[in-house]
Amino acid sequence: MDGVNRMDGVNRMDSARRTGEVGPVGDVGRVNGVGPVRDVGRANGAGPVDGAGSVRGADPVDGAGPPHGGTPSADGSGPGRPSRPGGAGRAGRLTTAGVRATARIAARDDGRGGTSLPVLEGEGPLAVRRIRSHGAEARVMLVGAMSGPLGGDHLTVEAHADEGARLRVGSAAATIALPGQNKGEARYDVRLSVADGGELHWLPEQLISAGGSDLCVSSRIDLQGRARLVFREEQVLGRVGEEPGRLTSRLVVRLDGRVLLDQELACGPGAPGGWDGPAVLARLRAVGQLVVVRPEFADHLPEPRMLGEHAALAPLAGPAVLVTALAPDGLGLRRVLDEALRLLG
Amino acid sequence: MSRAALLVLADGRFPAGGHAHSGGAEAAVKSGRVTGAASLEDFCRGRLHTAGLVSASLAAAAALGADPAALDAAADARTPSPALRAAARRLGRQLMRAARAAWPSAELEALAREFPKGAHQPVVLGVTARAAGLAADDAAYCSAYESVSGPATATVRLLSLDPFDASAVLARLAPELDRVAGAAAAAARGVLDHGVDVLPAASAPLLEIGAQAHAAWPVRLFAS
Repeated sequence: MDGVNRMDGVNRMDSARRTGEVGPVGDVGRVNGVGPVRDVGRANGAGPVDGAGSVRGADPVDGAGPPHGGTPSADGSGPGRPSRPGGAGRAGRLTTAGVRATARIAARDDGRGGTSLPVLEGEGPLAVRRIRSHGAEARVMLVGAMSGPLGGDHLTVEAHADEGARLRVGSAAATIALPGQNKGEARYDVRLSVADGGELHWLPEQLISAGGSDLCVSSRIDLQGRARLVFREEQVLGRVGEEPGRLTSRLVVRLDGRVLLDQELACGPGAPGGWDGPAVLARLRAVGQLVVVRPEFADHLPEPRMLGEHAALAPLAGPAVLVTALAPDGLGLRRVLDEALRLLG
Repeated sequence: MSRAALLVLADGRFPAGGHAHSGGAEAAVKSGRVTGAASLEDFCRGRLHTAGLVSASLAAAAALGADPAALDAAADARTPSPALRAAARRLGRQLMRAARAAWPSAELEALAREFPKGAHQPVVLGVTARAAGLAADDAAYCSAYESVSGPATATVRLLSLDPFDASAVLARLAPELDRVAGAAAAAARGVLDHGVDVLPAASAPLLEIGAQAHAAWPVRLFAS
């Protein structure tokens, strides 16, 4: 709670530096989920993260305990050192309207059975860290280095997996959309591309729409040829016992320029009527999608099936499946989406 | 053009097969989410602003003369549930039969040839409106209205709801129908310059999930 009123620009930059200097950042390689959520949240002034949706829904598998200090992170910067010198660069461009920041990740087949990351850049609230690879797969963690997105912010994450590259991107903690001082909406753009024969697993933690926030998320994914994709998106509407903010999220997936999936969900105060009613969300507070695209689906698409009462796996009109799931909370949602991934093998 | 053609096209007795579909109402009633007039209104309002808006914009774009094949692909991308895609094509095929008899046109013939198993219903509806000399706004109104009149009529049968109450629900939704039809027609005009990606993609997760559950039932009153 201590930082909740310190949302002006100067203090947010200060928060960013502080976050760079405290435990979780350098440590994120090994601690995914619950531990860092609390720390990052507090350092950022994200407010009442105590038992919030972030913790409720976070992945309990990978180290639910407190962060361990002192282990060098995989990018070699060591604990507690920002990957790039200088506070201004890390803070992105802080305009009167909010923060403009972009993170870029590019993965390439390194020719030795692994994947290299020729581009790995973060900025402002978006820090990126390479963590330990898994076989041929390079793994990257997005780390929230400032609170946000807040009203007026415009954040962009770009990731590209080249031919033969295997890239997995996760996040160290849930992202919390917060109101902030600027009245305008915040924007969060995700731009993913996978070349023919490349593979991308995009598996971030939940997005939590805090009361009073106003966020517009746009995810655009461009696939080529025999690209492979696993894309997960989870939204938790409000922290515990809180009405959600305004959230609009559009997801467009293209394969060789052809649109496989185009879906938009709008909810919260000011959204078109009926969003919380029996046709749309029916007061369920966690909603998620899992998109899986595989070239072999062109010959054999999985059959449609229900995954409990509020979730379904649907073959799309193309070599892809979509799992749409609703749940009372983030934890229940994750359980369903994890089960769907297991089913798909 | 004859504005009265809109009344013929939008009439529930126009033999286009819509009466066999509940627009998701049957699944919502079975799961206990729609239990009476109030929840029916909430259901219809949510459907109007999601599936209704998307359908209306597709119909309006088709009425403006946008490429029906591109619109059909856009409808596929906006309909993840295979049960709903199948229902939309079945309804499209049935509407095509009635439309060719009512307003014979070369464009309807061409569409029927290109999609022998049926194009998405809103696309056929838009081309039909065009053949009947109607405008994009008319097509948008017709489609938006169908998106709520279907569930309302179905719920009268499913719940033995008083038909007066169901009509009152539709009357209360009229101002929102105006807004949705207007937004749909505006988006459709953008298609001519910027392609189908500018069409709305508003989705309703429970309609998609409910349609999949419904399709698996061994016995049901409505086809979707």
